[in-house]
Amino acid sequence: MTARDLVLGRIRAALGDTPAVPAEVPRGYRPAGSGAADLDLLVHRLADYRATVHRCAEEGEVAQVVHRILGGRRVVIPPGLPPHWLPDTVTAVTDENLTADQIAAVDGVVTAAAVAVAETGTIILDAGPDQGRRMISLLPDVHVCVLRTDQVVAGVSSALARVDPRRPLTWISGPSATSDIELNRVEGVHGPRHLHVVTVPRA
Amino acid sequence: MRTFLGMPATAPPGVGHLRGEEPFPAAARRALGDAQLRRNLRHATTTIRTKSGAVIGEVPDWQQLRAAGRAIKADAMARLPELLEQLEAAVAAAGGTVHWAADAAEANRIVTELVRATGADRVMKVKSMATQEIGLNEALEAAGIEPVETDLAELIVQLGHDRPSHILVPAIHRNRAEIREIFLREMPGVDPDLTDDPPALAAAARRHLRQTFLSTRVAVSGANFAIAETGTLAVVESEGNGRMCLTLPDTLITVMGIEKVIPTWDDLGVFLQLLPRASTGERMNPYTSMWTGVTPGDGPQQVHLVLLDNGRSAVLADQVGRQALHCIRCSACLNVCPVYERTGGHAYGSVYPGPIGAVLSPQLTGVADNASLPYASSLCGACYDACPVMINIPELLVHLRAQAPHPKSEAAAMAAAAYTMDHPALYAAAQRAAKLSKLSGPRGRGLPPPLSGWAASRDLPEPPSQTFRQWWAER
Amino acid sequence: MRIALFVTCLADTLYPEAAKATVRLLERLGHEVDFPADQTCCGQMHVNTGYPDDALRLVRRHVRVFAPYDVVVAPSGSCVGSVRHQHAMGARRAGDERLASRAEEVGRRTYELSELLVDVLGVTDVGAYYPHRVTYHPTCHSLRMLRVGDRPLRLLRAVRGLDLVELPQAEQCCGFGGTFAVKNADTSTAMLADKLRHVLDTRADVCTAGDASCLMHIGGGLSRLRAGVRTVHLAEILASTETIAARG
Repeated sequence: MTARDLVLGRIRAALGDTPAVPAEVPRGYRPAGSGAADLDLLVHRLADYRATVHRCAEEGEVAQVVHRILGGRRVVIPPGLPPHWLPDTVTAVTDENLTADQIAAVDGVVTAAAVAVAETGTIILDAGPDQGRRMISLLPDVHVCVLRTDQVVAGVSSALARVDPRRPLTWISGPSATSDIELNRVEGVHGPRHLHVVTVPRA
Repeated sequence: MRTFLGMPATAPPGVGHLRGEEPFPAAARRALGDAQLRRNLRHATTTIRTKSGAVIGEVPDWQQLRAAGRAIKADAMARLPELLEQLEAAVAAAGGTVHWAADAAEANRIVTELVRATGADRVMKVKSMATQEIGLNEALEAAGIEPVETDLAELIVQLGHDRPSHILVPAIHRNRAEIREIFLREMPGVDPDLTDDPPALAAAARRHLRQTFLSTRVAVSGANFAIAETGTLAVVESEGNGRMCLTLPDTLITVMGIEKVIPTWDDLGVFLQLLPRASTGERMNPYTSMWTGVTPGDGPQQVHLVLLDNGRSAVLADQVGRQALHCIRCSACLNVCPVYERTGGHAYGSVYPGPIGAVLSPQLTGVADNASLPYASSLCGACYDACPVMINIPELLVHLRAQAPHPKSEAAAMAAAAYTMDHPALYAAAQRAAKLSKLSGPRGRGLPPPLSGWAASRDLPEPPSQTFRQWWAER
Repeated sequence: MRIALFVTCLADTLYPEAAKATVRLLERLGHEVDFPADQTCCGQMHVNTGYPDDALRLVRRHVRVFAPYDVVVAPSGSCVGSVRHQHAMGARRAGDERLASRAEEVGRRTYELSELLVDVLGVTDVGAYYPHRVTYHPTCHSLRMLRVGDRPLRLLRAVRGLDLVELPQAEQCCGFGGTFAVKNADTSTAMLADKLRHVLDTRADVCTAGDASCLMHIGGGLSRLRAGVRTVHLAEILASTETIAARG
């Protein structure tokens, strides 16, 4: 008998004659699509968890913001990042199968985002061409994430409805942090210690 | 033979960390004498209760989410074989490999062999209750493989040659000064001027583990959720150590209890709203990673999932007890428990401490092996109110007390009391005779054990001259 | 209204004043109180210590004794909690569906004192007089099993002469827990120590609650400390009038 047969057999025996019908799940909670995608709320939530938010009136301002954060430094970018988001003052390294050591050696990373959740202050990356492999937004110490306002949704359920589970997903709510010392939140452990979110109006 | 083998089985002894070395009251007595531990626990649990209460208060549909969370878990348990097969197929279709482990020993063997096959002699680990439960670190060390814990609290425990005492924050029993001392003593190359400022301690851990993250080729993780419909696994964390382990190595091995499976992608939304607010008291934890098998060119290209029974099928077999399997390991019940706050997690013996541990550990091992745990509660009910998936822990405690082996003298006394109380005339006579404190000296101080435990710190009331029913009869 | 008194074994044996006060209070409010003499104990101690089989005969007795009454009251949140939540469950697990449904019926008609007064009789001002500084401990089963909420506080606020002071961390368990206080005496004592500290911090003369069991625990600790603070059941405060107070 394989371990698989053994475990499944035990579970079936444990359930006995209990009929395997789906139990009725009361779904009285707020469904996907409910609530307004409130940009002000998102900004407040991000700031509350020590992310820095930059609100741009138009997309043309993004390069200026990146300059102020990372000017004079080396950044890694995903292959599909819009080139006009980068100022001339940064040295951009495109991630074309860079090694982890190479990525860890740069100062920052600039990516786009897939979705943002207002209620929780969460940015979701889905490794699309303008966001890149998961490790590029992990190893550098400064992460600048450019978010279009039409990517903002109200709550967690709405966010799940927008993303594809077959893609690797990274949900980011503020810079890396820990609650492991006396259960108080402290920012800055292994992930980027500085998270900047740049919002731009819908395309 | 097949029928016998297919019966639900408890977790075997001799491997893993589900059994304590002494009964709860004895271990608790020692913990209660540790003033530093008491202060650390009170500070930490008070902090988290305040934070959690505030962010739960922001959610208008919290009770609806709890009700949905409970029902989704109950549904998943009722359809467990079908959901596990669905999960297995989805993971395999996405390029992952699924393994089944009947118990701790088998899971340890599978993981050890998978690591050996890569040629690695070191693995990095994301904090995982399942691997703590099965004693994976000890098994790997015995095979010459070094396990490196990367979660800050797990690192503190590992460097301190200590045991975890909390589900979420295994080093909750340590304060910042103690953590600093452990780092100074055990962390190679640490700055000798390290202060006990929490950001400085976190930065020390960052420096200490950076090279490990960049150079270790194999990682071991647990999983908070597995979605049957899509084959997606999710790990919820804070520090980024999880992301490091889940994306940097070539090989990722995830060990997951079979009860972690949930049916659909939409269901995940319910738990992602419940878990962070109930556990760390955050609207959302800093990082959540989700992966479905292998993504070509991004992250580990060898992805394994080990599905662990280790007593869970035995829990499932108890129609009342099985709700303990709904637990999402948030540790809210620990943080509100007046017993946990005073004794700490080590007193429970098992890696699962606190109220949920008191109902889960005895079921995983069989009640006889953790017989004192169901009694380690005043049944105050704070855990039930705090549980984000509404596990009725007080009900389970009482249920398990009925299964616990009872001292013969106690059983005889209980039967006699029930007999007497079922005969009002005998009962009234017993009331008149039972002038306990008169029999036992002033204020009950001469009582025999176990009643002497009461009288050690509390006076018994003076018995009244007349019972109520005597008064009523004379009225 | 005709109301059956479920006295509880603890009040009957050790705290008859709480039960007598319940009778006096309800009679003063114009109701008829009956005491079915065949009642003994609800069996909670047996259930919570792990003896549901022994408890079953007591459940059967309780249901038989109280089934004829439309309204039952007990001066105990804990015992009402047992009747309402444990009796039917125990009967059902023992396979006695008929007993279970009868137990549910009795459970529905059984009230803790503050519930009876506020919800059934519709009074919060019971005309009491109690010139003392009082703090209220919401016992765990009243609070979390019965959800009596602020009913006892509303009743206390309406008592003339009473100076009600808030108990810090009131919702924390006092550490009694029945068998817990004996089997885990050290932990129970540690919980009690914090409760006593909070009671003493209020500088109240009297600590009250709706459960004689928790009051026995808290009172036993206060007595050992010679703290000079009394424990008095909620029923006794509500039954107190200027005449009774004058009598001392």
